[in-house]
Amino acid sequence: MTHSMKTLAVAGSLAAALSAHFATPASAQSKEKCFGVALAGQNDCAAGPGTTCAGTSKVDYQGNSWKLVPAGTCTTMELPGGRMGSLEALDRDLPQG
Amino acid sequence: MRQAEFRDALLDPDLPVPAGLTDPQGHPAGRRFDVYRNNVSVSLAEALCSAFPVVRALVGEDFFAAMAAVYVRSHPPGSPLLMFYGQQMADFLSTFEPVAHLGYLPDVARLELALHHSYHAADRPAVASETLACLAPGQLMESRLQLAPAVFLIRSQWPVHSIWMANARGGPPPRAEAQDVLVTRPQFDPEPELLPKGAGRFIARLIAGHTTGAALEDDLSFDLTATLGLLIRSGAITQIIPGEPK
Amino acid sequence: MPDQTARHSLPPHPGVGYKARHFSNIIDQAGPVKWLEIHAENYMGDGGRPLAQLRHLAERFPISVHGVGLSIGGEAPLDRDHLARLAHLCGWLNPASFSEHLAWSTHGAEFLNDLLPLPYTSATLATVVSHIDQVQATLGRRMLLENPAVYLDFAETEMDEVDFLNEIVARTGCGLLLDVNNVHVSSTNRQTDPFDYIDRFAHDQVGEIHLGGHDQDHDDTGAPLLIDSHGCEIVDPVWELYAHTLATGGAKPTLIEWDNDVPDWPVLAAEADRAARLLQKVTA
Repeated sequence: MTHSMKTLAVAGSLAAALSAHFATPASAQSKEKCFGVALAGQNDCAAGPGTTCAGTSKVDYQGNSWKLVPAGTCTTMELPGGRMGSLEALDRDLPQG
Repeated sequence: MRQAEFRDALLDPDLPVPAGLTDPQGHPAGRRFDVYRNNVSVSLAEALCSAFPVVRALVGEDFFAAMAAVYVRSHPPGSPLLMFYGQQMADFLSTFEPVAHLGYLPDVARLELALHHSYHAADRPAVASETLACLAPGQLMESRLQLAPAVFLIRSQWPVHSIWMANARGGPPPRAEAQDVLVTRPQFDPEPELLPKGAGRFIARLIAGHTTGAALEDDLSFDLTATLGLLIRSGAITQIIPGEPK
Repeated sequence: MPDQTARHSLPPHPGVGYKARHFSNIIDQAGPVKWLEIHAENYMGDGGRPLAQLRHLAERFPISVHGVGLSIGGEAPLDRDHLARLAHLCGWLNPASFSEHLAWSTHGAEFLNDLLPLPYTSATLATVVSHIDQVQATLGRRMLLENPAVYLDFAETEMDEVDFLNEIVARTGCGLLLDVNNVHVSSTNRQTDPFDYIDRFAHDQVGEIHLGGHDQDHDDTGAPLLIDSHGCEIVDPVWELYAHTLATGGAKPTLIEWDNDVPDWPVLAAEADRAARLLQKVTA
């Protein structure tokens, strides 16, 4: 493909994308932005409730003591074990927190 | 007593309670010290529960709680900003033997972490669509499109978007396929958007700083109109910078 | 029009720990609640809804910034990055108050997310004093230091907690945040008299009072062990201790803290209302 053909194809895509965008009503953009659902903050200054054993139970998954198996929705999802497609790894690293 | 000793015993319940910690009569602190052990492990495990609801749904509550306890002890937070706790969860899951058969879990964790980072990312106004409309064809090809700090790309060999939708929004069961997801934040709510097949590479090259033309290489096999439409609709483009990076 | 001057000090009325789920309630009908407290670390992201909501609230209410992650009682130097984040937050928000805890929570690069106790010795005193000096110099403001809830004692402790706090105030010029629930919890756990603690406290240095709920447990010997869980209503003995505090030190800005199992707004507002009635008695 020549450079000018590519340029025209890209310009055509942009024009099509923009005309679809302009055809959509913009009402959602003028709502009071603050009033949506906010996530709960993760930091607080309270202690955990009660001296449950959570802090003292021994956690060892490498020995024979790890008896649990995943038992959530993964048990009903039929995804073959092998990986699908052949893409590179994640391209945009998350910032270090 | 040094705080190092206190810290070690907090995270390792096999260690004895440090000497010199007592009840009012001078007896060893015993259960009194366990209050601190409990506070640390429970609060950090709870932070992971809220950070990774879909991973939790996938493996089940009990399994997640036990796995979180392992994670908390091997990866305590590196900063007081708990909203970003769980940074190494994807790597952890890819080496945690009891979930070795769930190859998609690390990518689901990456997506959930990206949603959190997006939620807290800096606000940046989008380029007006009128500005885009005024670009000459050649200008677009030779410009770099800068994407908002709240935009994250997750490329996966798994149907990570469908898995997330099925668990978080009651979507249909996922089919086996590779999926690339663009996390966008039109206003304040991050949204994982499924990218058209083949668009992940283009977006990755845009993020890496290539011009639109260079990002495309010679690949026009994917739906560029839908991809640009998604970027415009979600307010993802924040600047149009002429020319190649210096 | 919101009163701009009110932003620069906390009024001697009830406030609550701000929870995102109460945003609309607070905007619509705050009732007895006249100011809000936020946990600093939750507002250290770069943007998004948390900061937008905070800006919105700060135009309407005096805000108290309460840090939970600075580790003022840590052996190690303060985390300069974290201190810079605090300075940034206090810089743009210009809150009515900034407070932190007499506790440690960071070890090396690890954040342990609990307010851990320290022995009261001349060595820990020197460390805490130098950290508070550094905080006040960096933020360019006086901070309040909160008395902790503790579950055990240190054999090496040399000083009483009230004396330790008074010495910190004398050396740094900081103020105090008197957590009345913590006094009740710690006094029960240490088997000491909470009223005596209140009577010896430096009330003229107190810029804010905290009230909150706690859990009941017991230690290995069966002795009562109270836990500062902020997950339920304030119990009567704490209200009585609060009334005694007001009678001794006068009306002070009073915060209702509720962090676990956060209730619907009316439950929190009712707790604030109870504090308002007690405050009114001392003001009148």
